[in-house]
Amino acid sequence: MSTIEAKAGSPKRRLGDLVFANLTRAAGLTILLALAGVAVFLTIEGIPAFTAGPEDLKGASSFVVYVWPLLFGTLLAAALALAIAVPLAIGVALTVSHYAPRRIATLIGYLIDLLAAVPSVVYGLWGGLFLGPKLVPLYEWLADHLSFIPFFAGPASTTGRTILTASIVLAIMVLPIVTAISREIFAQTPRLNEEAALALGATRWEMIRLSVFPYARSGIVSAAMLGLGRALGETMAVAMVLSASGVVTFNLISSTNPSTIAANIALTFADATGIQVNALIASGLVLFVITFVVNFAARWIVSRSEVSV
Amino acid sequence: MAKSIDISDLNIYYGDFLAVEGVSLSIPARSVTAFIGPSGCGKSTFLRSLNRMHEVIPGARVEGKVVVDGQSLYDPSVDPVEVRRMIGMVFQRPNPFPTMSIYENVLAGLRLNNKRLGRAEADAVVEKSLRSANLWEEVKDRLGKPGMGLSGGQQQRLCIARAIAVEPQVLLMDEPCSALDPISTSAIEDLIHELKTEYTIVIVTHNMQQAARVSEDTAFFNIAGANKPGKLIEMNPTKKIFSVPDEPATEAYISGRFG
Repeated sequence: MSTIEAKAGSPKRRLGDLVFANLTRAAGLTILLALAGVAVFLTIEGIPAFTAGPEDLKGASSFVVYVWPLLFGTLLAAALALAIAVPLAIGVALTVSHYAPRRIATLIGYLIDLLAAVPSVVYGLWGGLFLGPKLVPLYEWLADHLSFIPFFAGPASTTGRTILTASIVLAIMVLPIVTAISREIFAQTPRLNEEAALALGATRWEMIRLSVFPYARSGIVSAAMLGLGRALGETMAVAMVLSASGVVTFNLISSTNPSTIAANIALTFADATGIQVNALIASGLVLFVITFVVNFAARWIVSRSEVSV
Repeated sequence: MAKSIDISDLNIYYGDFLAVEGVSLSIPARSVTAFIGPSGCGKSTFLRSLNRMHEVIPGARVEGKVVVDGQSLYDPSVDPVEVRRMIGMVFQRPNPFPTMSIYENVLAGLRLNNKRLGRAEADAVVEKSLRSANLWEEVKDRLGKPGMGLSGGQQQRLCIARAIAVEPQVLLMDEPCSALDPISTSAIEDLIHELKTEYTIVIVTHNMQQAARVSEDTAFFNIAGANKPGKLIEMNPTKKIFSVPDEPATEAYISGRFG
């Protein structure tokens, strides 16, 4: 049939193909090796902490008691940050992809990307010295009027260095990545699907609801997961904003706040010795595992909802 | 409920580019009108200007008049969303909503128009629309399955069912069979024959046999060259167009001596 048919048994392997295949394979392996390296280090160095006593764990009776408030604070701050950032990011991304005139949309896009380039230390300074004090009146108002909601039980912090302030700063920090990915996905919605909705007499918002959101759903979750990764691991901004005292509380506006794993490591690592270092590393392992679990859970939720539609 | 459309001196632009120039014609109610012509002659653009879908492209605009039942569609007081609810459209490639079931696809337009729809009422609309689109027998046992699971021809009939579920006054079809095989095409053509008793249908087609088979009237569009605007060359009863057209250009195109 064809004059260039390959001879049976000896398919020709081209050099370029071979080189490229091995390069990509090597890249894939590198990622696995790096991850495995971190995991092994955290595990080996962290094990001694599991049997450590109160003298090495800031008075906590066991490692679990030590790490639980930190883990709680980490998850709380990250969840709050996402709750603030994701709706905002979707709004910004829709503005850029579907609402604003192209010129303004491009400008907004650049500005959002610029947010990603600001170092986290700067966010920390801004959050602790500027945003926190500015939020104090709001916290006082919340404590006065909405104290029946556990989140706002008060008494309000006088410095504004609360977990809510930290979460707002985190939200601004994760905004660029969530926005950028959502924007790309929204912009890729097939024209055909959008026109299907418009031709049925959908308004712009109805068109977005009918064709853009269903198409973008898994992408939005991916974007949120990347944002979550950053929020869980963010260190400096939280360390600088939060006035932490190692409690477990849902009270978001008081002066006693849970710390986060990453911030706790950053703040205490310099003075830590012996088993204390192992405890910090073990808390890092906990963060590592939690990040994995959260990511897998999110993927699972997405894949399940894809099948059911 | 079927309405006629009167178009006068319509110029259609993409930004500064004049894509279609000076079209005036009348589309009769309860009848099939076909637009034929070479690629790029502006027939699809013209079709899209009839339900204000043209303007969803940034920079696109229209000058002139499109009047349906005495109401000018481009009057500043007219909401394009209302126009599109009144004038349905079927596209070149089938485009059911990918995440919706067959059932929900049919109801999509109605859910936009009035949110409150009883279960029995909804069932009735779905069955009636799918029957009208000659799809009911094929899908009645799997209404809850995704619309994307159907074959291309079935998807296109689903899109037609979706368009007629809102009982529009006019149905615009932009090369509805160009992505379909001959059997599906024939099913759609039969459907067009049935639908014209209730709807005013305008169909753009590249297939001249199709125009000859389905339409009462045919409008031939042509373009003088690249970057020139498309123009209406002639509109006449289909029988006349395909036997003794008024214009030599039409004759040349139809007999394949185009260009």
